[in-house]
Amino acid sequence: MAALLLILVPLIAGVATFLLKEEKQIRSWVFAASVVTLMLSLFGFTLAEGNSGLSFHAAWMETLGSSFSVKLDGMGKLLCLLNAIAYPLVILATWNSKYKKSNNFFALMLLAQAGMMGVFLATDALLFYFFWELALIPMYFLCSQWGGEKRIAVTFKFFIYTFIGSLLMLIGILYIYSHTPDHSFSIESFYRAVLSNKEQSLVFWLIFVAFAIKMPIFPLHTWQPDTYEQAPTATTMILSGVMVKMGLFGMLRWLFPVVVGASYQWGDFITSAALVGVIYASLIAIKQNDLKRLVAYSSIAHIGLMCAAAFAQNESSLQGLILQMFNHGINIIGLWIVVELIERQFGTRKISELGGLAQKDPALAILLVIVALANIALPLTNAFPGEFLMFNGIFSSLTKYYLWFTLMAGMGIILSAVYTLNMIRKVFYGTTNELTAAAQDIKWNEKLALGIIVLIIFWLGVYPQCMLNEVTGVTEPILKKFEILRYAPIAK
Amino acid sequence: MQNVLQIVYLIPLLPLIGFLINGLGRKQLSKPAIGIIGSGVILASFVLSIWVFLQVKGGNTHEAHYFDFISVGSLKIPFALKIDQLSSLFLLIITGVGFLIHVYSTSYMHEEKTEHFGRYFAYLNLFIFSMLLLVMGANFVIMFIGWEGVGLCSYLLIGYWFKKQEYNKAANKAFIMNRIGDLAFLIAIFWLIAKVGSVSYSEVFTATNLAKLKATDVTIITILLFVGATGKSAQIPLYTWLPDAMAGPTPVSALIHAATMVTAGIYMIARSNLLYSMSHITMDIVAYVGLATALLAATIALKQNDIKKVLAYSTVSQLGFMFLALGCGAYTAAVFHVMTHAFFKALMFLGSGSVIHAMGGEQDIRNMGGLSKKLKITFVTFLIGCIAIAGIPPFSGFFSKDAILLSAFEKNPVLYGIALFTALLTAFYMFRLLFITFSGKFRGTHEQEHHLHESPAAMTIPLIILAVLSIIGGFVGIPEVFMHGGDKLGEFLSPVIATHVAEHPVSHSTEYMLMGLSTALVLAMIAFAWFKFKNYQRSEATGLGKVLENKWYVDELYDKIIVNPLNKFGGFLKTVIEKSVIDDLVNGVGRLVNYGGRQFRLLQSGQVGNYVLLMVVSMVVIFVVQFFLRK
Repeated sequence: MAALLLILVPLIAGVATFLLKEEKQIRSWVFAASVVTLMLSLFGFTLAEGNSGLSFHAAWMETLGSSFSVKLDGMGKLLCLLNAIAYPLVILATWNSKYKKSNNFFALMLLAQAGMMGVFLATDALLFYFFWELALIPMYFLCSQWGGEKRIAVTFKFFIYTFIGSLLMLIGILYIYSHTPDHSFSIESFYRAVLSNKEQSLVFWLIFVAFAIKMPIFPLHTWQPDTYEQAPTATTMILSGVMVKMGLFGMLRWLFPVVVGASYQWGDFITSAALVGVIYASLIAIKQNDLKRLVAYSSIAHIGLMCAAAFAQNESSLQGLILQMFNHGINIIGLWIVVELIERQFGTRKISELGGLAQKDPALAILLVIVALANIALPLTNAFPGEFLMFNGIFSSLTKYYLWFTLMAGMGIILSAVYTLNMIRKVFYGTTNELTAAAQDIKWNEKLALGIIVLIIFWLGVYPQCMLNEVTGVTEPILKKFEILRYAPIAK
Repeated sequence: MQNVLQIVYLIPLLPLIGFLINGLGRKQLSKPAIGIIGSGVILASFVLSIWVFLQVKGGNTHEAHYFDFISVGSLKIPFALKIDQLSSLFLLIITGVGFLIHVYSTSYMHEEKTEHFGRYFAYLNLFIFSMLLLVMGANFVIMFIGWEGVGLCSYLLIGYWFKKQEYNKAANKAFIMNRIGDLAFLIAIFWLIAKVGSVSYSEVFTATNLAKLKATDVTIITILLFVGATGKSAQIPLYTWLPDAMAGPTPVSALIHAATMVTAGIYMIARSNLLYSMSHITMDIVAYVGLATALLAATIALKQNDIKKVLAYSTVSQLGFMFLALGCGAYTAAVFHVMTHAFFKALMFLGSGSVIHAMGGEQDIRNMGGLSKKLKITFVTFLIGCIAIAGIPPFSGFFSKDAILLSAFEKNPVLYGIALFTALLTAFYMFRLLFITFSGKFRGTHEQEHHLHESPAAMTIPLIILAVLSIIGGFVGIPEVFMHGGDKLGEFLSPVIATHVAEHPVSHSTEYMLMGLSTALVLAMIAFAWFKFKNYQRSEATGLGKVLENKWYVDELYDKIIVNPLNKFGGFLKTVIEKSVIDDLVNGVGRLVNYGGRQFRLLQSGQVGNYVLLMVVSMVVIFVVQFFLRK
């Protein structure tokens, strides 16, 4: 039941928000709803594997072989928790942002949360697709209605990309469905689908493109910096913090175990693209003068590494990846909060127009430096254990290019330090100028939101094992499938 | 009963607590309170370190497990601390010298605003914490945590005066250069995990596990670790950050150059000595790189005019000596030199701080001169430091440097020759610095001359203590020829360091001769420096002198071949590839789907119904497709 409530609470709260009128009422209501969801998610986190509260099953479209089945497993626990933590944080941090028709804005935000919860919980392919769309649709509206100046053109690009991806994925899902032994959309049937090598490759690409766009992976990434830049910041936080994880999650849950052979076969190719993307995005990030675009390209680099880790397909890389999905979400939301605070106060995101903020706004500077250090995976921050495991996984993967992959990914480590420290230097250090001389210290709600993020950063940096304990069981079934391959490689 | 050493976690924890108190309370606490807390926690750690040292000396070593840091499948990385001979010795150096630097700082930084004073001490405590973690960790991952931690702290402290962008750039450079080394270290860890399956010293350094490693694996792992060490310990090619690192407050330079940070690379290789001894190739590389760095940095130091820059290049050079010793298999000699160097280099950096303090911030020695009259304690202690680093018996530097030179001679007399030459350069540039600064006539402004004064007790007492240590510190490692059983340090470290078997052992008479030779030449060098610089007159450098003054133009070279091309390439990717190639391709697709555009205008008009319609349509498409697929 807990699993079902995770979807229902934001869904119902979201629909109800459309009807609210008064500004204060709307915010309190939305915040309360998101806290309830967080409590539920924490409760779900404590339930042991096999507890009946973790799954829910009901008839849905029986004739099609589809049912309404959801289940909260280790990986789902982490991602639902991320989704549930993200919302109160975002609402708290952007409390002072004004939106026209704010009831519609927050309603759509909550609907997207419900959709993402569904994606992380669904154990039925059609249901998964349904929630995938439910999560995406509100995003289109949020970007096109509440975005920046170029919102129309940018949302169009975003829409085209993701819509094409969704269509291809749907075709892929249907193709697998038609090859399941019992014509069912349930995940068990999907895992038993019998496909020839050629069919596997076809299905793999149909579905992978949707996930690759969502992450995004080089060279399918150009919608992302534009969208992050133009979308309202609260939406961007959710997009980059939580929604991009749908692509990575989808691969682990719906792609690798279903088309094992093709995932193995195309691994090197995709890893190469992802890692070229790491270096490519990092180099572009160095040259960015816009804070939002810098964070956007930094995110492309981080996600590229995570995608490469996914295809390394071993225990270390996958567990590191799942851990990192959570931590990347927390850290990037922290970065966006800082960017938002800067933009709201000075009316600009241009790095060259800022400077010397550390003198005027030491609290913001300290919090940013901590979040930035987590962004470059310094030990004892939350990103280190995840990246360490992913790197170790890439290094010990079976591919013969393992050393090259490790070195390429390693370039990302160095370059991330370059652009992150340069950004800190230019924005926070040095002397103040006319614009930044009038800076004021941040408000208590923003401090609280960033403070919570910093606490999570250190807690999971020192004791990552508390999260890793949850995901131990998750990677095993995926790896078992690959294990078979290792001893009997498929004919190419 | 649990081992009493289980409580060693207090040693790093106390500085961490100091960091938190001073960091969070920097606006509320008064300066004296900040100073007492900041120095007090280090003193407490020092006292504990002495206790730990005595325990270890009594034969009690311990590996304390606290919790699982990362445990995935067969990979287990515990959060564990190891107390043995090597770590307990480093604990003494770090907390002992670190404490003196803290005390000195309370006076040196006194003019800072309270808030920044607190920030400074918080960083200092964090630095000590990271370094302690580095040497106490029981596995390579904990070492790596401390390793990157000291990198972070040096970044924060070098850029302490963050209003000056030049300093911030130096801070960034330090961090990024260190990161390059860190990456190699990280890959070495993965290599170990892949081949041995563990990162704990107690598991890696066992005969069975070492036997598992192939010769090539050992060579690769040790070289990767060494590359990591070149970053942290400022060796070729990653040394250029260290001289720039003097942008930070002077006591920080003392901390970086003496007690923490740069000694990390030496510690790492000494810790892995069993591994290094298995690869001759790596040992040769370490020795040659160390010697080349020692020579290169010494030549640069000859022509520097900034008091701190001379000392900085001297550190790079001395570290080169330590790596030479490591490469010759004389691990104990390297650790010995870490210790004596910590004394005299901390002494000289703090002494230079006293000079800069007296000169009102002036760092250019061309504007000094004749300071010995006004700054008596600083002068005498600085002189002691110079004698110690030059290696004149019986000062501490003599014993450790002699051990290194001897090990070089035993490996290859050519190495010895170059090392001796470098040692002579060292004596020359150190005494050049001393004479230009302290003798002759004062060359600064009248205002500066009027202002000249000896520093307060909080600064001079640490100088005196360090001076005493610089004199007597060498007696823990008296060579066998002078006194049977005099090498107490070697004896103490013998359980953790493989015995050094010389390739070409030398007789006692040769050893005496070498010592006599080096001492005589060093004395001659000092005399030469005296005649050349006792009445220094400013002159422009020309020819080779200019090249040396500009540090062989290595920074410019790095800019030209690495930094600028990468920058240009990034710009090219941003403006050309991203905008014109990839994005245009996508937009082209977008134009093709013109139909989608019309559909979209409906969408953004806000009618949710349209989208629902779209979904229904796609669902219908599903069923149609499904129908055909069923056939």
